[in-house]
Amino acid sequence: MARMKFLCDADRCIECNACVTACKNENDVPWGINRRRVVTINDGKPGERSVSMACMHCTDAPCAAVCPVDCFYTTDDAVVLHSKELCIGCGYCFYACPFGAPQYPKTANFGSRGKMDKCTYCAGGPEADNTKAEYVAYGANRLAEGKLPLCAEMCSTKSLLAGDGEIIAQIYKERVAKRGYGSGAWGWKTAYKEDIAT
Amino acid sequence: MTLTTSLRHLLPLLALAALLAGPAAAQQPTSVNPTASSVKEKQLLDALKPGSTDTVSGRISIPDARAGNLIQPAGKEFRTFRQETLPTVGGYAIVGMLLLLSLFYLIRGRIAISTGPSGQTILRFGSMSRFAHWLSAVSFIALGLTGLNLVFGKTLLLPIIGPDAFTGLTQVGKFVHNYVSFAFALGIILMFVMWVKDNVPSLRDLRWFAQGGGLVGLGHPPAERFNGGQKIIFWSTVLGGAALAVSGYLMMFKPIEIAIGGLQLATVIHGLVGLIMVAIIFAHIYIGSVGMEGAFDAMGKGRVDLNWAREHHSLWVDRVAKSRPKDISGGHAPAPGE
Repeated sequence: MARMKFLCDADRCIECNACVTACKNENDVPWGINRRRVVTINDGKPGERSVSMACMHCTDAPCAAVCPVDCFYTTDDAVVLHSKELCIGCGYCFYACPFGAPQYPKTANFGSRGKMDKCTYCAGGPEADNTKAEYVAYGANRLAEGKLPLCAEMCSTKSLLAGDGEIIAQIYKERVAKRGYGSGAWGWKTAYKEDIAT
Repeated sequence: MTLTTSLRHLLPLLALAALLAGPAAAQQPTSVNPTASSVKEKQLLDALKPGSTDTVSGRISIPDARAGNLIQPAGKEFRTFRQETLPTVGGYAIVGMLLLLSLFYLIRGRIAISTGPSGQTILRFGSMSRFAHWLSAVSFIALGLTGLNLVFGKTLLLPIIGPDAFTGLTQVGKFVHNYVSFAFALGIILMFVMWVKDNVPSLRDLRWFAQGGGLVGLGHPPAERFNGGQKIIFWSTVLGGAALAVSGYLMMFKPIEIAIGGLQLATVIHGLVGLIMVAIIFAHIYIGSVGMEGAFDAMGKGRVDLNWAREHHSLWVDRVAKSRPKDISGGHAPAPGE
C-alpha cells in the first residue's frame, strides 16, 4: 500500500490559489472553510516563498491523539480521516494540529463549533465510497476512483505534489539536483518526522 | 485632470517604453541567487522560541487571518499536556484524595459531637445562602462529570459503551457543560458576595491549623463563623471558580484577539484547575456528610445543633448569642415549623 503524502515545492508555487479553488469546488466545502490555503512567507522581501498547505495526513497524527471521542482513523493509504457522526466539535484537534487544518462551521449554540471539517485527501469519509451521504458530509472520493487529490492534479506549475511519499520525494530530489536549489519539503519534518535533504 | 486619470493616459506610453527596454534588461546578468535568498522552513522553525506559542506565519489572501498560520509547533506541547500531563496530574489528585479520605475515615472514623446533641439548634445558613450553595454544588457536579468525561472518557467509558453511545453522551455533555456553566458562575458570585466578610484570613486560622483543627489531635480550637479549613474551601472555590469561568468563557466565545496560543493556554488552565477542584471538593463533600456528625444539617436544614456549633465555631456562637439570640431555638422546645 502506498503511503500518501503532500509535498509543496515552494520554489515553484506562484500563489495562484487554484488549488484552494479546486478544493472548494470539488468537495463543495462550506462557506467560511478552506481546507487548503496558500501562505506567502516573507511577502515582498527577497527570498519570498509561497506554500500551499492543508492537512498533511501526519504519521502518528496529533488530532487523533487528542480527540476525546476517538473519531479519527487512518486508511490503508495512510490518509487521516474522521467521522462527522462521532465528532462533537470540541476544538482539541485544532489546538493540537501543527498545520491549522481542522476548521468548524459556526452552527451550534453561542456560535460554538459544529462538526469539524478538514482536507480528506479527496478520500471521502467512513460512509460507503462515492455515495451521496459521503459526498454531502466529506466531499469527493477521488482516491476510490483511482485519482489523486484535485489540488495537486491540477497544479499548473506542478508545485503541489500528491501521491506515494517515496515517489514524490524522489521527484522533488531530482528537481533540486537539477536546478541546484530548494527551500525544502515544507511541513515534512513536523508531519512525517523525516526530511528531504536539499 | 486628477492624478489617476493622468496616470491612465500615461500607462500606454509606459508600457511601450518597457517593451522597448525589455530585451536590453533581459540580457543583463541576473544577480539574484534563489538558493541563497530563499526562505527555508528549518530557519523559521529554529527562530521560534522553544516553548512559546509563536507560529510560522505569512500573508494570506483569503479573508481569515488565522489561516495565515502555516505551522504552529505549540500543538505538540498541547498534545503532551492533554494526553499525558492532565490525566496524570488529575488522576493522582483525585485518586490520591479518595485514598487519603478513606484512610482518614478508617483511622479517625466519623467525628462525633463530643458532648452529644443538645436538642437546641442555631441558625447557620439562611435560605438564600443554601440556594447559592446548592446551585453551585449541583452545577459543579454536572460540570465535573461532563468535564471528567472529556479527560478520561475515551480511556474508561468508550470501550465499554461503544463509539456511538459515547459520542451521544459526550455531545450532550458538551451542551450541558456550556449551559450549566452560567448557573455555576452565578452560584460562585452569590457565595462570594454573601460570605466574603466572614472568610478574611486571620491569625486565628493559623492557630486553628496548628492545633489540628479538631480533625487530628484532641479538642477543638476556637473559631469564628468559618474556621481555617472552611476558608480554604471558600477561597479555592471562589478563585478556582473564577479561573474556570474566565478560561471557560474564553474557550466558549473565542474572542479573535486571544488567537490559538491563548485558547491552548485557556484549555490548559481550565483542565488543571477543574481536576484539582474536583479533588478538593471530594474532601469538602466528605467532611460535610459522612465525615462529621451534625455537619450536613448546616446546608441541609440550615440549622445546626448548638453543641456542634459550640465545638466547631465557639466564637461565632458567642457572637450570635449576644447579637441575635432569636437565631437560637429556646430550651428544648422544637422551633416553629420543625
